[in-house]
Amino acid sequence: MNLLWLQSAGCGGCTMSLLCAEDPNAFEALEDVGYDILWHPALSEATGAEVSGLLDRIRAGSVKLDVLCVEGSILTGPKGTGRFQMLSGTGRPMLDWTRDLAAVAETVIAVGSCAAFGGITAAGGNPAGAIGLQYSGSSVGGLMAADFRSKSGLPVVNVAGCPTHPAWVIETLMLLADGKLPADALDSFNRPRFYSDHLVHHACPKNEFYEYKASATRLSEIGCMMEHLGCVGTQAVGDCNIRPWNGEGSCTRAGYPCIACTSPDFEEPQLSFTETPKIAGIPVGLPSDMPKAWFMALASLSKAATPERIGKNAHSDRIVVSPKPRRERR
Amino acid sequence: MTKTELLVGPFNRVEGDLEVRLEIADGAVQAAYANSPLFRGFEIMLQGRDPRDALTLTPRICGICSISQSAAAAAALADAAGVKPTEQGALAAAVLHGVENLADHTTHFALFFMPDFARAAYEGRGWHAEVRERFLATKGSSARALVEARARLMHITGTLGGKWPHTLAIQPAGVTKAPDARDRVRIMSAVRGFRRFLDSDFFGAPVEEFAALKAPSDLAAWNTGSAGLFLRIAEDLNLDAVGQGPRRYLSYGAYPLASGRTTKAGIWRDGEVRPLDPAAIAEHLSSVWMLGEKAHPFDGMTLPDEDMDPSSYSWCKAPRLSGESAEVGALARGVVDGVPLLAALAEEGGVRARIVGRLHEIARTQLWLEEWAQALDPEARFMGDFELPSRGDGTGLVEAARGSLGHWVRIEGGRIANYQIIAPTTWNFSPRDENSQPGPLEAALAGAPVEDGATEPIMVQHIVRSFDPCMVCTVH
Repeated sequence: MNLLWLQSAGCGGCTMSLLCAEDPNAFEALEDVGYDILWHPALSEATGAEVSGLLDRIRAGSVKLDVLCVEGSILTGPKGTGRFQMLSGTGRPMLDWTRDLAAVAETVIAVGSCAAFGGITAAGGNPAGAIGLQYSGSSVGGLMAADFRSKSGLPVVNVAGCPTHPAWVIETLMLLADGKLPADALDSFNRPRFYSDHLVHHACPKNEFYEYKASATRLSEIGCMMEHLGCVGTQAVGDCNIRPWNGEGSCTRAGYPCIACTSPDFEEPQLSFTETPKIAGIPVGLPSDMPKAWFMALASLSKAATPERIGKNAHSDRIVVSPKPRRERR
Repeated sequence: MTKTELLVGPFNRVEGDLEVRLEIADGAVQAAYANSPLFRGFEIMLQGRDPRDALTLTPRICGICSISQSAAAAAALADAAGVKPTEQGALAAAVLHGVENLADHTTHFALFFMPDFARAAYEGRGWHAEVRERFLATKGSSARALVEARARLMHITGTLGGKWPHTLAIQPAGVTKAPDARDRVRIMSAVRGFRRFLDSDFFGAPVEEFAALKAPSDLAAWNTGSAGLFLRIAEDLNLDAVGQGPRRYLSYGAYPLASGRTTKAGIWRDGEVRPLDPAAIAEHLSSVWMLGEKAHPFDGMTLPDEDMDPSSYSWCKAPRLSGESAEVGALARGVVDGVPLLAALAEEGGVRARIVGRLHEIARTQLWLEEWAQALDPEARFMGDFELPSRGDGTGLVEAARGSLGHWVRIEGGRIANYQIIAPTTWNFSPRDENSQPGPLEAALAGAPVEDGATEPIMVQHIVRSFDPCMVCTVH
C-alpha cells in the first residue's frame, strides 16, 4: 500500500514521536504490514523536483495513493489565501496541495491534533488562520467539508494528540492495512476508539489520591491534580496511563496535569493550563458523566475520610508515609 | 557569463519548510536566498496570556527541540521572577535536555544528513556501497540501529519528563518529578545502553577516544564506525573546503547548572573569544514579511505583512549581533568553549567542520550524561519556590542541539505583554539584513558548485543540511 506523508503547519513532533515506536520500530512496523512510503518529508531521500514530480503524478492519478497522512494544521491566512504556508519549490499554498491530494486518496489520516482540529497552531486568536482537515476546533467542516468521505468511504481519521503516541499512529495504519477500521471504529470526533474509549484517568497512578480528593496544591506534590492544578484526565480521552509513553512515562506520572491534548480546543483552557477553573471554590468540568450533586457529596465524604498516609503523601514530592501492611511483622 | 536562477524545494530532511533560490553562473552559486515559507505566529498567540502558559505553548513550536524550548521558557520566567531552580532540579533538567540534544545530533547524522551520500549520483565512489547499506533513507542498517537506540534512550524522557516531545516537567524552579532511587538506576542504565550503540556502531571505538581528538590531523586516522565513514567521504569530496559560513560563532553556553554553565558563553571572531552582550542583539526586518523596525527582542514586535511585499522573501527575521550575522550550533559551541579540535576547525568553518563539531559534541554529551545521571540525588529537592511576578522582564538563553535559543518575556499586570523568541536556525538561515548582509547559510552557499542542468545540486544539499536546520523553530 502506498503511503504519502505531508507536513503542513505544525511542529513535526508527531513524526518525532513516531520514531520512538518500539517492538517493532516504526520502519519495520509499517514495512511488515505492506506499506511503501512514497515520500515522507523528514525521512525520504527524494527532494526538490523529484518530489513535486511525484506529487503531480499522484494528483493526476498515475500513482495510486492508498493512505495520505497529514501532520500539522492547514493555514488559511493571510486573507484566506493559504500563503502563510507555501509548499516550497511549487509556488502553491499547502492548503491547495492538501485538498487536491485528499481528493485522490483512498483514506486520509490526520496525524495529531493540529491536523485533526487546528490544535496549538489555532491558539491565541489563531493568527495564521489554522484549521484541521475536517474540523475547525470542535466544529465539523475544516479544509474538507463536513460530508467529505475519502474513496474508502471513511471521513478523515483523526489520530488526535499533541503529540500522538507512536502506537496510536502505527495501530491505526495496521488496522487499515488489515481492512479492520470501519466507520464505527471511530468516535464522534472520528478518533480511533481503540484509544479514545479510554480516559487518561484510567490507570493514572494518582487514582488513590483522586478517590479521597487528596489534592496537590503545587506542581511537584504527588497528590491528585484535578482540584487545583488544571488536570482534566477524568474527561480526556486517551490510554496514556494504560499504555505509557517512552517506556514508563505519562503526563500525570511525571507530575504535571493532563491538558486533554487529544481534544478539540484544548489549546484554550479557561485559565492557565496548570490552574483549575472554579466557581465558588468548586472545580468546573467535573467528570462529564457523573451527576454534580453526587460528585460533591461523595467528595466531601471521602475528603473527611482521607487516611493520614494519603493526606501527607499528597502534599509531598515523594512517598513519605508507606502503606501499612495488613499483618504486623511477627 | 550566463546567469540562471534555480528554485530548490520542497527541501526535505530539514525539520520543516525551506525554499532556497540560487543565482548561478559559471557552474557555481553566485548568490543564495533562503526562504522560510511557513508562518504560524507563536509570539502573537502568547500575548495577553498567563505567563505560565508559555511552558505549555512554546515547546510545541518544535517537535524536535521541544525540551530546548521548555528550558528557555522556564529560564525566562525564572529570570523574571528572580528565582533559580534547585541544584538537583537544574541537574534533572540538564539530563532531559542532554538526552534530547544527543538524540537530535545522532538523528540528524543518520536520518537527515548521511542519506544524501547514498544517492545514485555517487555511484562508483569507493564508499558508496557502504553508505547505501548503512544510510539509505528509511532502510540503512545504521539508520535503523540509531532509531532503535534512540527510542531506548528516550525512556529517560518518559521517566523524568512523562513523554517526548512536549513535556511540562521543566519549570522555573525545578522539575515536577522527583526521581527515586529506582528511577536513577534506570536512567543510568538507559545512558549506558546508548553508549553501547555509540561505541559499537557510531564511533566504532569508545566515545572517550573520539572526545580526546585534539587536531584536525587526527581525523584522517579515525576510520572506524559511522564517524570514520563520514570522514573518508569528507576527504574524498573535499567537504572541508565547501560551505564556509561567516566564521563568527555565537554560543550562550550550554546546560546551566548550579555550578555555572557547562560550556562557555561568548562570541568567537577573528581568532578570539569575546564576552557576549545580549543587549547587542537586534532583529532586522528589511527582507522579511514583517511590519515594524529592527529591534532588540524586548522591544520587538511580530506583525506579519499580510500582503507579502515582493521585495521581501522570508518569514524569518534576521537576528544580528552588533550588526553582524553569526553562526550557531555544535561547532560554534565547541569553538567558543575552546575545545582544541573545534577551535582548530573554526577558520575552516565548512561542511566537514560542522559535522565534526556535532560528532565531537555527541561524544562529550554521552560523557556528561553518564556523570549527571550518577549525580542525581533521590533524597534532594527537585523543585523550589516560584511566585509569578505581576511585572518584570525575563531572558532565557539556552543551547538547543542546533544552537543558541533565546526567549525574552515582558510581564505586565500578571500577563504576557510581549514574548519574543530567536531560535538557532533564525540565526543560521536568516535572510539579508538592512545592510544587505546575507545570513550564514546564504553566505555558505555562495561558491557552491552546481552541475550542469541539476535541479537539486548535490553540494547545495550537503551545505544546507550541514547546519542541521530546524525550520519549524525558525519562524515559530
